[in-house]
Amino acid sequence: MKLVLSGNEAAAYGAMLARAEVISAYPITPQTKIVEKIADLIADGRFKTEFIKVESEHSAMAACISASLVGARTFTATSSQGLLLMHEMLHWASGSRTPVVMVNINRAVAPPWSVWADQTDSIAQRDTGWIQYYCESCQEVVDTIMQAYRVCEDPRVLLPAMLSEDAFFLSHTSEIVDLPPQEELDAFLGTYEPDVRLDIDNPRSFGSLSMPHQWYPEFRYKIQEGMEHAVEAIERVDREYGSLFGRSYGGLLDLYRCEDADTVIVAAGSMCSTIRAAIEELRSEGVKVGMARIRVFRPFPTEAFRALAKDVRSLVVLDRSFSMGSEGAFFSEVKAALYPLSDRPDVRGFAVGIGGRDITIETIRSIITDSLRPDTGITAQKWVGLRRCEE
Amino acid sequence: MIEIRFHGRGGQGSVIGAQLLAEAAFREGKFVQAFPYFGVERRGAPVSAFTRISTTPILTRTNIYTPDHVVVLDPTLVEFVNITEGLREGGWVIVNTRKSPDALGIAGHSNIATVDATGIARSHGLGSKAAPIVNTSILGAVARATSVVGLDSLLAAIREKVPSRREENAAAAKDAYEALMTGGAL
Repeated sequence: MKLVLSGNEAAAYGAMLARAEVISAYPITPQTKIVEKIADLIADGRFKTEFIKVESEHSAMAACISASLVGARTFTATSSQGLLLMHEMLHWASGSRTPVVMVNINRAVAPPWSVWADQTDSIAQRDTGWIQYYCESCQEVVDTIMQAYRVCEDPRVLLPAMLSEDAFFLSHTSEIVDLPPQEELDAFLGTYEPDVRLDIDNPRSFGSLSMPHQWYPEFRYKIQEGMEHAVEAIERVDREYGSLFGRSYGGLLDLYRCEDADTVIVAAGSMCSTIRAAIEELRSEGVKVGMARIRVFRPFPTEAFRALAKDVRSLVVLDRSFSMGSEGAFFSEVKAALYPLSDRPDVRGFAVGIGGRDITIETIRSIITDSLRPDTGITAQKWVGLRRCEE
Repeated sequence: MIEIRFHGRGGQGSVIGAQLLAEAAFREGKFVQAFPYFGVERRGAPVSAFTRISTTPILTRTNIYTPDHVVVLDPTLVEFVNITEGLREGGWVIVNTRKSPDALGIAGHSNIATVDATGIARSHGLGSKAAPIVNTSILGAVARATSVVGLDSLLAAIREKVPSRREENAAAAKDAYEALMTGGAL
């Protein structure tokens, strides 16, 4: 069924179609509409779920972890400051091996106050043990929620996942979304049946103390093993979803017109659609450019980047976030992935769209023009389009 | 691809208006995209919203800088927002006002249309008397002036998607469709 939905509405429909059994969320701009739409769907009798109202995002995540431990499929959504407040509980979710699925609206971190698109909030959670997807369209939001539950609930993975959508450019953008039939999605997803769960008839303890000589490092190692299994699971589930519903997204790294490309743009999120439009223009002018969209940041698509690097002269990495004192995370991690290769492409980095500043086709064209100049020996990341104070 | 920019104030329904226009075009088999640009989310604050309509999938996810048409829900914005910025040649400017197009003093563009959307919205009891919701009224005028969507698709979209007073909203759109004033003959 085709509907015109915003990214926020798509997230609410995704939770309903996945039959999330317990939802706990706290509203925050620009995510509020997700909570409102879920409330509407429940009130209309279309969505049978337990919605737990809480006083903060920290409590929302705590509620999801607890519900997940008893074997419920759980969903939540947040953004920016809310995600930062959840940070402690994010570690608990992955450490407890609870396959919670969360939508995060990528919004800039204050101060100055900003409610606009910026990926610093989720990039800052990269070491919490969560799988991280970045969506490009409202359609991909629905499809990825379905895929994420399959991946997360895989017993060899058993980790939580956050799906990020850029504030406004996706969260508030209404476009056509095709919702697959419920019964086909039910067959694809099944129900969540964990091997181990909190059960009063079979008591166990979760998250208890582990002395240095006991099992702490081993528990952490097992999370990394889960992430390694997630690489295969993400790609397999994306392919299977494609064969069933006609839409797949390249697994971890979504390649676009890279076959004969000299230069490949690396980016994530809503800007990738505009990059596709810019690539069409540049290609018509004879510039051989493609795009590698980071669809999944954790686990990092290391092998996919190494395979891509074999045939490419240069990579142009765009970060909509910045690690102060260093550089954008994508820029760092792409270079780290390629380091073991003897013949590496040139890698250039640009910080762009920070705080929701618009990324237009012209912005992308100017970055490509800049990066096509002969190597100046400057490898630091450039900030694009900074304004200057007038005297 | 046709790009339309809405200028209004928080509470007038600009954002929903942009969505309804997209819904109407969707019913005609088009690809659509609608989204807002909020300054601050406050009643009365200036708001922009954008609609894209295309026969092919829409890739661009940016604000609209060179609109084909501009829709102005509050005439007082004309004084301090450059509403025609980037407007493409031959595009329409559709303003909610009781004034005639020639009396508006918008220079350099001949395709100006006006409609008293506030009066029409009030007559159908949309919003309050002090703060009428004018989006569905002005959309009737947009359909008439630009033909980007047909009146029937617009009325269908309004009847399905407006949260309340659906028939009154549809009637307002129809009235505005009839009442549009243009600088020249349509």
